[in-house]
Amino acid sequence: MLDGVLSFTARNVLLGATILGVSGGVLGCFALLRRQSLLGDALAHAALPGVCLAFLLTGSKAPLPLFVGALAAGLAASLVILAAVRWSRIKEDSAIGIVLSVFFGFGIVLLTWIQKLPAGNQSGLDKFLFGQAATLVWEDVRVMAALAALALATVALFYKELKILAFDPDYAASLGLPMGRIEMLLTLLLVTVVVLGLQTVGVVLIVATLVTPAAAARQWTENLGVMIVASAGIGAASGVVGALASASVPRLPTGPVIVIVASAVLVVSLLFAPQRGLAWSRVRERRVTRRIRRENLLKDLYRVGEAEGTFARLVPAPRLMGLRGQSPARLAASARPLVGAGLVERRGDAMRLTEEGRREAARVVRSHRLWELYLTRRLELPSDHVHRDAEAMEHALTPETVAELDRLLGYPPVDPHGRPIPPPEAAETGTGPRRQAAEARP
Amino acid sequence: MSPTLAILLVAGAVSASCAIVGTFLVLRRMALLGDAISHAVLPGIVIAFFLTGRRAPLPMVIGAGVLGVLTVFLVEMFHRSGRLKEDASIGVVFPALFSLGVILISRYAAQVDLDLDCVLYGEIAYAPWDLLFVGDASWGPKALWVNTGTLVANALLVGLFYKELKVTTFDPGLAAALGVSPVLIHYLLMSAVSVTVVGAFESVGAILVVAMLVVPPATAYLLTDRLGAMLALGVGFGLASAGGGYALARWWDVSIAGAMATVSGLIFAAALVGSPRYGVVAKLAARRRLGGRLAGQLLLLHLAETAAPAATLQQRFGWSERRLRRTTERLVRRGLVERRNGALALTAAGAAAVARGPGAQLAHPLAEASGELAPSGGLARAQEPADGSV
Amino acid sequence: MSDGEPRAAAAPAGAVPAIEVHDLTVAYRTQPVLWDVDVTLPEGRLIAIVGPNGAGKSTLLKTILGLVRPITGWVEIFGAPYEKRRSWVGYVPQRESVDWDFPTSALDVVTMGLYGRIGWLRRPSRAHREIALDCLEKVGIRDLAGRQISQLSGGQQQRVFLARALAQDARLYLMDEPFAGVDATTERAILALLKELRATGRTVVAVHHDLQTVADYFDHVVLLNLRLVAAGPVAETFTSENLQRTYGGKLTVLTQAAESLLGERAAGGG
Repeated sequence: MLDGVLSFTARNVLLGATILGVSGGVLGCFALLRRQSLLGDALAHAALPGVCLAFLLTGSKAPLPLFVGALAAGLAASLVILAAVRWSRIKEDSAIGIVLSVFFGFGIVLLTWIQKLPAGNQSGLDKFLFGQAATLVWEDVRVMAALAALALATVALFYKELKILAFDPDYAASLGLPMGRIEMLLTLLLVTVVVLGLQTVGVVLIVATLVTPAAAARQWTENLGVMIVASAGIGAASGVVGALASASVPRLPTGPVIVIVASAVLVVSLLFAPQRGLAWSRVRERRVTRRIRRENLLKDLYRVGEAEGTFARLVPAPRLMGLRGQSPARLAASARPLVGAGLVERRGDAMRLTEEGRREAARVVRSHRLWELYLTRRLELPSDHVHRDAEAMEHALTPETVAELDRLLGYPPVDPHGRPIPPPEAAETGTGPRRQAAEARP
Repeated sequence: MSPTLAILLVAGAVSASCAIVGTFLVLRRMALLGDAISHAVLPGIVIAFFLTGRRAPLPMVIGAGVLGVLTVFLVEMFHRSGRLKEDASIGVVFPALFSLGVILISRYAAQVDLDLDCVLYGEIAYAPWDLLFVGDASWGPKALWVNTGTLVANALLVGLFYKELKVTTFDPGLAAALGVSPVLIHYLLMSAVSVTVVGAFESVGAILVVAMLVVPPATAYLLTDRLGAMLALGVGFGLASAGGGYALARWWDVSIAGAMATVSGLIFAAALVGSPRYGVVAKLAARRRLGGRLAGQLLLLHLAETAAPAATLQQRFGWSERRLRRTTERLVRRGLVERRNGALALTAAGAAAVARGPGAQLAHPLAEASGELAPSGGLARAQEPADGSV
Repeated sequence: MSDGEPRAAAAPAGAVPAIEVHDLTVAYRTQPVLWDVDVTLPEGRLIAIVGPNGAGKSTLLKTILGLVRPITGWVEIFGAPYEKRRSWVGYVPQRESVDWDFPTSALDVVTMGLYGRIGWLRRPSRAHREIALDCLEKVGIRDLAGRQISQLSGGQQQRVFLARALAQDARLYLMDEPFAGVDATTERAILALLKELRATGRTVVAVHHDLQTVADYFDHVVLLNLRLVAAGPVAETFTSENLQRTYGGKLTVLTQAAESLLGERAAGGG
């Protein structure tokens, strides 16, 4: 176990993983927003033959020829995908799958060929399959840092062009921006990330360094700039944790741990990010459902009271349950907060509206009946069709909207079924528009 | 059984088996989901290995099947949440599952013979010696049994559910209306893919399975408009890739699986360029013809108004002299136009063609392909062109 | 990016037409989408392009913009090819053409209309932001400048697209279904904006989906169904006979509506 002073290897791994995390995080945002996450996968798999050919041609494992090899292969791959999709009936997903597997297969052919060569046996190229971060030397890290810096500077310089490429390339083309070249620039940048990732996480997992931090970051913000920074941060953090974990625990490969950490961050982000978090959506939905149920109970009690001519009589629970087919538990759950708010009074198994409850219920019923009237009159829907729609809508109507409906319909006294529409809380006196409308009626 | 024969049979079984289910992956635009499954089954295999303590096929198949369904389920879950698009869902799920598998192997199984590289590209060369023993008798290579099994299973699946697979692929709305559950067929297909994948794992590994799943069917897709033909051709191309790949690998002494993928790619490239109907060359030729036909019509219409010398026509249309000449030749050959006193004029036949009016001229300029996969067939109706707007 | 000609406030009669299309044929894969289209569109008008689904209306716009390559034919804008006239043309694509879940604000989107002007390697300046805010003001949603675009209603999103095109201060605006799926208030606001553009001598060509409103909103119409059926001022061209030919006779209710509209106009003196 390390104490304070990291071994050289561990330091290299840490730096390498961080550099990869940051670059992948930044570029991944653009790939994600363009729905080209899996293009990154294709580019990564395609890099293998490129790297092998570079080795075969130059006999060297130095970073530069490898980068050029990966770059050439990556560009070739993206061109093939583009051509296949544009010039034949092959769809994009098939094109990516074809390129990915065929290029990789060819890469494996080259790899096994190289492994037979006298010089090739220890070429170490096969470490690019899974990554062997532990073999990173200081020279590698320096090259990675330089590449990453170059890539990030490019992103900063061409930020707005990349942004509009991701958002609305057609419009950008109409402005005269050379979208074809910008797209190629992005491909180039993605290939750079691929090259950075070859040694650290390996061909198969590079896609995760592009997609997962970006997807996680997306949940936290609606601002692209913030998203990019957050994604870089998450990528870096995953890299750090992955590197440290694999340094401390034996036989724990770095790449997979980085991916697992980033995925965990993603899951947490999906659930708990403010605004978009699924946990909060669930909470919000629950809240809305409960409100709807409470308002429905008020409405039901009102209707019963209306039918019987008095609101003072206690309504037994079975009757209320029967109105909507509710279970006793649900009825009780809806009633509890109303009782607590002083809108409903319970005596044993029966309940009734309080004075305040009656006013509140009148408000809800008013919304519902006005809305029904609107649907039948303005949209000319038959009256037996509107009840359900009104049921759904009325809970979403604001007081202003209800007042506007009232005015639009000419302050009507009854709904399509002939039932009276309760007047608003502060009913007018004197000669306001409502009184005038009422008097104008025969 | 000679090793060569054993390997060829295994390779053939793998590729045929993959091609059958892969056809539907290609048609349903789920090639990448197949890619995801082929990676994600790894932890399932490892867990099965842990639970049974050995590399028996049946537990691994079950483990893979479970993981395959889990993968599809997780991808769908991420996608359905509305927070992630489909490609991103795939791109986060399979690396995570694959990483889990790699960690399990590295930590707990490194001393046993689950070779990591093998996971990616298999080692079919060992197949002849990895024999299935029943009692004391050798029944031949295990891989052959496993993959022939999946081949038969897939063939049965497609045979029994042919109509259902067809309608859910080409018209999911209609399928639902007919009472065929697209969801059920979907999961059935994905389970078949998972099982096929794990069967092929040891022979060709995760990534090359994708090649066998996607490339031969895609090649077939470029050559036919009928589902049945596509299935047959896909299997055919798969077998060709297997045979050709083996030959190539023997010649160069390289990975057999890699060679199979490479050969399948070469066959695909040939079809992409040369397919008589859908290949690049054919497309370009068709465009040329379309342009030529239109030019001919323009000329006819113009001549209907006035007989004119060549020079005015050239100026009017902005054509090169060559184009004008070509167009004229074509029309003369078809007997619609003739040369009269140094100018061009319509023949009687040409005048009749013009007189037939816009209806005749609006006739579809390109021969309509027919069949489920054709531009106007079921698949085109169910799935819009990428451009969307027209 | 020089244009050569100054921008006129109003087009004098007999001026260069806004758009000239000649013998245009466009195919998607092997299906023809536009076939031998020849049309001239005058400057300073509000022009509608109508036709059934698949008629090639959006494709016509995209071909004019150089986004789609035709098989034959050519297009000129104010007498020159599009590459020379880019800065004179503003494009408003269909709302569905982008993913509104993109993490950006309304102001940001409008600022994109200035990217052609801002040039490489430079950031949008304060002045650019002011222009963008002004454009949002013109479409009535300045207060939504900082709002995330996914939280905008359909009508508001449409207005953002319009504001973006306005930022280009173009002579010719090409719009793809600007009135589709917007609420009544937005529809009125967009119409008012179009009329204002026309009053300052600009030209608007819009793919329009609603036959009922063609006669009210536009003064020139192009009827398209793979081929050009008819083009010209609304009063003469938007007839039931032409509509029949465009829509192939499946049109009775709409035909009657159009007829009655035209009749009303004629009776009311236009």
